[in-house]
Amino acid sequence: MKPAPFKYHAPTSVGEALQLLAKLENPKILAGGQSLMPMMNFRFMMPSHIIDLNQIDELYGIELRDQSIHIGAMTRQHDIQTSDLVKKFAPIIPDAYDLVSHRQIRNRGTLGGSLCHLDPSSEQPCFISALDGEIEVMGPNGRRSIPIGEWTSTYMTPAMNDDELMIGTSFKPWPDGHGWAFLEYSRRHGDYAIVGVAVLSSINEKREITKISISICGISFAPYRLKDAETNLIGMVADQHAIEIAIKSIDSIEDVMEDAHNSSEYRRHLAKVYTRRAIELAFQRANNHNYGQNTH
Amino acid sequence: MDKIHIKVSVNHQMYEKDVDSRCTLGDFLRNDLGLTGTHYGCEHGVCGACTVLLNSKSVRSCLLLAVQANGSEITTIEGLANDDGTLSELQQAFTECHALQCGFCTPGMLTTLTELLSENLSPTEAQVKSAISGNLCRCTGYQPIVDATILAASRLRDKSIPSAAIKQ
Repeated sequence: MKPAPFKYHAPTSVGEALQLLAKLENPKILAGGQSLMPMMNFRFMMPSHIIDLNQIDELYGIELRDQSIHIGAMTRQHDIQTSDLVKKFAPIIPDAYDLVSHRQIRNRGTLGGSLCHLDPSSEQPCFISALDGEIEVMGPNGRRSIPIGEWTSTYMTPAMNDDELMIGTSFKPWPDGHGWAFLEYSRRHGDYAIVGVAVLSSINEKREITKISISICGISFAPYRLKDAETNLIGMVADQHAIEIAIKSIDSIEDVMEDAHNSSEYRRHLAKVYTRRAIELAFQRANNHNYGQNTH
Repeated sequence: MDKIHIKVSVNHQMYEKDVDSRCTLGDFLRNDLGLTGTHYGCEHGVCGACTVLLNSKSVRSCLLLAVQANGSEITTIEGLANDDGTLSELQQAFTECHALQCGFCTPGMLTTLTELLSENLSPTEAQVKSAISGNLCRCTGYQPIVDATILAASRLRDKSIPSAAIKQ
């Protein structure tokens, strides 16, 4: 038996979970458990109480409502990856999930869990960042919505209070015919990315860029959006010259993170290489209706 | 100690037990039920040896609490053979292709690939490799495992084609 002792709670509604969260000392929320359980097995985490969300039906599901895709916090990664709705409106998501860990993990792991765990190398906050997602949280004072750009308060810490619970995420689908790409470098298939890049792009009939979003994981504590480059690229022709402008902007990113294995210089290099490839692929796929059918 | 009463079906047999809340599913299967076919390797979700099927879906039994399996149907390596005790097509192909040596990873490989073949009877080599990317094997070099899966898939297809034709 590996985890330290704790008391187990399995609420069946968000209201019940919030009450437990408010009154218990040293609680921890258990979603899919694919990061928390290893940390508990190692005793890096020793919560006194586990609040298991797996029996809260209202936290599961994917739906199109008010022109946005809503994904419940407890929706399993495999269910999102194989959802027809997600594939139709956000094909970047199933593409990215091919790179997220392994089937056994995706069968249990949840998008909400990943967005709260906030590993800086995780693909999931990165594609939600590219999609300009909103995070829905519920607390004693009701519901509020936090843009993904403000969601990471610091390293592996979401910007919500201790008495709040993430209940879902939502994003507006990109226009029909948009191009997309999620590419990453990792040592083994299914590992966290060392660097990963999400790109979405809309292009008009003159091949001019009308909308573009570029988000990079693995270089900062939060997904890094190339905002300046995105603004500069609007109206330009989708060609190598435009790509060069985006790549050049990566040179000016300050404090690229590093660890014992990957220097900041190396991560910056990877960010440039994979941003180039991802933009090229997104440009190719934009308005090319035959493309998506060959990829899955 | 926080004890919780659970009821689970394992390989079509019902069990009712009081478990510690901190007991993982793999420890429950091995220590409480004596089903030691499920192997524990890394115990933090990396090696895949402890994979079991929870309501027909592959999961790491080291990353699930036993209490979370309450009310579920679990299939372990002990439940993969045919009802008459003969090996399943996948197990048979594993023996023929020498897809195991020490056998430590085998329970996780078989449960993971059983899920794959339940969804896809014509997997490509790349799809098989992707399916077992979360299962470490230090003996075989993986190729015999891939070969065995492709062989089992072709035999299962051969079996399913005549019955499909009869239905039509």
